[in-house]
Amino acid sequence: MGKIVAVTGNEAVANALRQINPDVCAAYPITPQTDLMQRFSSFASDGLVDTEMILVESEHSALSACIGASAAGGRAVTATAGPGLALMWEVLFVASGMRLPILMPVVNRSLSAPLNIHGDHSDAMGARDSGWIQLWSENAQEAYDNTVQALNIAEDMDIRLPIMVCMDGFIISHSIERVEYLDDDVVKNFVGEYKPLNPLLDIKHPKSIGPLILPDAYMEYKRMQHEAMSKVKDIVLKTADAFAQISGRKYGLFEAYRLDDAEVGIVILNSAAGTTKDVVDSFREKGIKAGLLKPRLFRPFPYEEVGEALKDLKAICVLDRADSFGAFAPLYVEIAASLYTYKTKPILINKVYGLGGRDYMPEHAEIVLNELVEIVKTGKVKNYKDYIGVRE
Amino acid sequence: MATPLSLKELSKKEVLLSSGHRMCSGCGAPIVVKMVLLAAEYPVIACSSTGCLEVSTCISEYTAWKIPWIHSAFENAAATIAGVETMYRSLKKQGKITDDIKFINFCGDGGTYDIGFQSLSGAMERGHDMLYICYDNGAYMNTGIQRSSATPIGADTTTCPVGSVIPGKLQQRKDLTKIMADHGIPYAAQAAISNWQDLMRKVRKALDIKGPKFMNILAPCNRGWRSGNDDAVMISRLAVETCYWPLYEIENGDLKITSKPKEKKPLTEFLKIQGRFKHLFAPENEWLLKKAQEDVDRGWERLLRDEACAAGSKPTEEKTEENQ
Repeated sequence: MGKIVAVTGNEAVANALRQINPDVCAAYPITPQTDLMQRFSSFASDGLVDTEMILVESEHSALSACIGASAAGGRAVTATAGPGLALMWEVLFVASGMRLPILMPVVNRSLSAPLNIHGDHSDAMGARDSGWIQLWSENAQEAYDNTVQALNIAEDMDIRLPIMVCMDGFIISHSIERVEYLDDDVVKNFVGEYKPLNPLLDIKHPKSIGPLILPDAYMEYKRMQHEAMSKVKDIVLKTADAFAQISGRKYGLFEAYRLDDAEVGIVILNSAAGTTKDVVDSFREKGIKAGLLKPRLFRPFPYEEVGEALKDLKAICVLDRADSFGAFAPLYVEIAASLYTYKTKPILINKVYGLGGRDYMPEHAEIVLNELVEIVKTGKVKNYKDYIGVRE
Repeated sequence: MATPLSLKELSKKEVLLSSGHRMCSGCGAPIVVKMVLLAAEYPVIACSSTGCLEVSTCISEYTAWKIPWIHSAFENAAATIAGVETMYRSLKKQGKITDDIKFINFCGDGGTYDIGFQSLSGAMERGHDMLYICYDNGAYMNTGIQRSSATPIGADTTTCPVGSVIPGKLQQRKDLTKIMADHGIPYAAQAAISNWQDLMRKVRKALDIKGPKFMNILAPCNRGWRSGNDDAVMISRLAVETCYWPLYEIENGDLKITSKPKEKKPLTEFLKIQGRFKHLFAPENEWLLKKAQEDVDRGWERLLRDEACAAGSKPTEEKTEENQ
């Protein structure tokens, strides 16, 4: 019945990939993902997987090779981080446009310049409109669990879409945590046999994949991608139910933490949510009704469910670990859109934190929650967008 | 039993690129594809980079390809077919597939010499069992005749147009066939549609060799070269006879010229029938014409030397060992 281990996020995800046993894996080193693919490569070298490795010369080729491999008719995975994801940008759209269920763990890293190898969400936020499903993970356990669930979502015959599993670079990828592994055969049965759809390798039924589509039909293809994405929520929930059966761990579209009667709240992705939950607890002890919402499914974004969960709060701060210079940061924009349709809605402010791996400390959450309490009291907002943990 | 390389026998085989595609009348590229696929004695899966051939052979619900075919993007055709080939090996190893399949790229020179060079180099180094075919028309024809690193010296293109100061492209072409051979791959060759038996024999040889193979095939483009619609084969022949486009193969490092012109014609025979070189015949550009001829002469002499070296190297080495 499973196994409790102390492992890094990279190790946990590499182990999930071993249990999934993909047919092809393309790998290219980039900090802080490198360790993940090194570990998986050693599984291949030791014959623990059937996977054929393609040790490519760039991330662009890593995803291109996955596109070829997936179109050929099997499971293809790769992993990347930061600038690697940025280099893939063009072919991210090819993968989703071809509706190929490729799995790609993303170890979130900042983008140059200046060069910085540490964790923030600029990479995956830059890919948010690429037609990939994005699952985000607070810790190594969630990264492992999301990876195990990813292909059941991506390969669903109703959607067939590529999927990213995001976790914070270094903070999660390189920190050792307690993780519960499922047994190999449990994962194997959960993921199941791959069901090919129009595989290139079916030489008796030749297909042409990747045509030129002109203005007379292009928009219908794109509209169909949106249609497929709109079905993802239900598939994510269905997969989460099945996963709860084998693991006892329950997942949804997001995590709502002490949110039911909350008046002030923080919306935050990934590892910083853990720190924030501790601070929410300490505010609750002081009698302040604080809560937290941590999105798990960021693409497609569950606007209705998130709006419903947040609509009764009085003031909310969306904390973004990525920026959009000269604009509100990406997560804030989604939360604002989730709440827009309600007549009465919370006051919504945006703070950017933790860029390039800058530490996010409990006192940052305290400052934010105190500011929200003040906003509720006075009804006044000093800055709708601000930065936290930065020298001004 | 392989189909003999005779017109009579080959005419009985199905042409795997159907007519009705939208390549220009008289284009060399579909001739290349048809010859290669006619030569192949195996089931083939093909991959093209973005370019003329790709946009003209598969539009919306219409495809000219009677074999499985994939296009992903401009610079990644080698990586894409590498992925297909690797999945094939994986599924074959796992007993999920039994067919014996070959993998061929058909890509233009822009997608090969320039933007796809890294992807190609990587795939060759990794040793995928694939044949990469470049149909070389010497410019970015699909976007409207822009200069590439395959464009010959002196050519007039839309990004190195002949002007009052600059007389067309001033740089030599990249010698890609040699560069690919220098990856240490088992087979690299140059071919031309004018010498179809030579071309098809090379394709067959390449497909029978396991590992990465590269073939560079001249594909005249009447739009870019400003030649007649029915000149492709004739211009190819002149390219071979002037030694502008020598036919050779490099097998495991040993070079062999597969067709030596009886009489090496002056380069002007190849140049003068193409509008893109018209300005070279103006008196003020004589130096450029001279340089173009010198480049061809030097290249041809080097090929002859390399061939002699390859032919002589093995016996010489053996003798040296005996002497020792």
